Amino acid sequence: MAAPAEAAPAEAEMSAEDEQGLARFLELIESDSRVEPTDWMPEGYRKTLVRQISQHAHSEIIGMQPEGNWITRAPSLKRKAILMAKVQDEAGHGLYLYSAAQTLGTDRDTMFDQLITGKAKYSSIFNYLTPTWADMGSIGWLVDGAAICNQVPLCRASYGPYGRAMVRICKEESFHQRQGFEILLSLMNGTDAQAKMAQESVNRWYAPALMMFGPPDEDSPNSKQSMAWKIKRFSNDELRQRFVDMLVPQAEILGVTLPDPDLKFNEETGHYDFGELDWSEFYEVLKGNGQANGVRVARRRAAHENGEWVREAARAYADKQAAAAATAAALTANETVAA
Amino acid sequence: MSVKQRQAPTGIMTPELIESEIAGGLVATDAVATYALGLGDDALILAHRLGEWIANGPELEEDVALGNIGLDILGHARSFLTYAGSAWGKTEDDLAYFRSEPEFRCRQLFEQPIGDFAQTIARQLIASVYFDSLYRALMHSTDPTLAAIAAKATKEVDYHLDHSTQWLLRLGLGTDESAFRMQRGLDAMWPFVDELYRAEPHRAEPAPSGELGAELSAQLEGIAVDPRALRAEFDAVVPRLIVDAGLTVPKASAARGGGRQGIHSEAFGPLLAEMQVLARQHPGASW
Ligand SMILES: [Fe+2]
Ligand SMILES: [Fe+2]
Repeated sequence: MAAPAEAAPAEAEMSAEDEQGLARFLELIESDSRVEPTDWMPEGYRKTLVRQISQHAHSEIIGMQPEGNWITRAPSLKRKAILMAKVQDEAGHGLYLYSAAQTLGTDRDTMFDQLITGKAKYSSIFNYLTPTWADMGSIGWLVDGAAICNQVPLCRASYGPYGRAMVRICKEESFHQRQGFEILLSLMNGTDAQAKMAQESVNRWYAPALMMFGPPDEDSPNSKQSMAWKIKRFSNDELRQRFVDMLVPQAEILGVTLPDPDLKFNEETGHYDFGELDWSEFYEVLKGNGQANGVRVARRRAAHENGEWVREAARAYADKQAAAAATAAALTANETVAA
Repeated sequence: MSVKQRQAPTGIMTPELIESEIAGGLVATDAVATYALGLGDDALILAHRLGEWIANGPELEEDVALGNIGLDILGHARSFLTYAGSAWGKTEDDLAYFRSEPEFRCRQLFEQPIGDFAQTIARQLIASVYFDSLYRALMHSTDPTLAAIAAKATKEVDYHLDHSTQWLLRLGLGTDESAFRMQRGLDAMWPFVDELYRAEPHRAEPAPSGELGAELSAQLEGIAVDPRALRAEFDAVVPRLIVDAGLTVPKASAARGGGRQGIHSEAFGPLLAEMQVLARQHPGASW
């Protein structure tokens, strides 16, 4: 599958170097090899990647908040430790991804600034609130679960640094999913109040998690190009189907009901059919009208602004150290000359 | 038994392992449990405070670093509390979630609010120097469980101390504002240093006379570390670090303290209310 021609600059403007670069790029894509930072790549490919990787990084960072909300209230010390480790893993994911995006020539400060000024997008799922402890289970099971379905194929993304970052991240995400599942399992096996808390939480997170794969294929105009470039390997609907097929047996083990009356196994296709999702809700949240859009960005912005003096101090200290080192080196050089 | 033989293999003493040893019959004596409870409460409350920084750090790297430090310390807390609980048939969670304020034994330094980043660093520096000398000494305890917990902790605290020291220098020598804040943080935490180095009371409650039990219980001879013996190390290390960072060693007088006797600062009640709220709504539940 070759990348469509519109991705390349118009024929007339292309230098011989560009033409060679493009040919080599197409060859890499076609042979399923990795494109590396120093390789020539079409502007559109670069832009698509920066957008996707930085949005992914932002999602990890904003995603720390709905779960961070429960660190101080976690109901057992073991859960407290697991939750702290998880939220901290997400910060680590954000850092790897910003590094991957930086290899494409956009620096982290620029991307981060876009996040805290509300110009950049991140996954809408994190604009939902976490009113109960059971939401820690639902986020792990459903949100990290959906993330895994999305991200496992990204480990083979054509852009090397992105694919490699995803390999590392996916390992941790599967821990997160298992931990979320265990939280729900404990609740479902617990008191009536705990089981009710779990079911009620799954009811709230199920549909938003399914929408994490993005709009239906017919409404997802950018997907085709991303697939041609082998950034994306499966369509939104394919991934969503995989996710539902994975969830149903797990829900049975948990004993939770997935809130979809149309959900049933289709003998013919071998997959679970599921009901229509409320895409108007998806677009509302995307537009900024979710439960917590404003709060999430404001919180990260406040942390950043409150930390400005710290970062400034670190820079000033590093500069002073460098200057002192340079002076010392110069003195040593003088002494050598004098000797 | 030589010191070397007494050291358990490091890196394996987890709360889960202690739990399984308890299931196999390990029981702390009342005196050892009271001692472990104090150390466990110190670590638990500090870890809880560090958890407040996650998603609030001045940069992402600090969200990760403070989270890591908090996690290490939470691990120490869980080990100490699990072991302490063996004396009274209680789990770490019974102790963490179902005691009220006067029943906690943490020293007051650990309860203090996180303040700004400089205040957090000031507390962490003081705590790390204290833990470093405490755990290095406790590694030689004749109680093998305490020795093993300390052996694991000491490696981790080494990194925590390095993190605090680096930030003390950066903030002290960075900008005027950071130096001002770092000094203010040290000034705020300094009154709580003294309490760390007071003798471990051998009674959980003050005697009617008000006497707090200044000598280590004879039952803890060779088992517990007398904090008074660690003070010289603090005095040799911390003031010099502060001066190297271009700052002034605070002269504030010591707070009264009393954490080991269940006397806590005002910030502690709200912390406990938040930490325990969910567990207490569902007594007897498992999570
Ligand atoms: Fe993640
Ligand atoms: Fe995750």
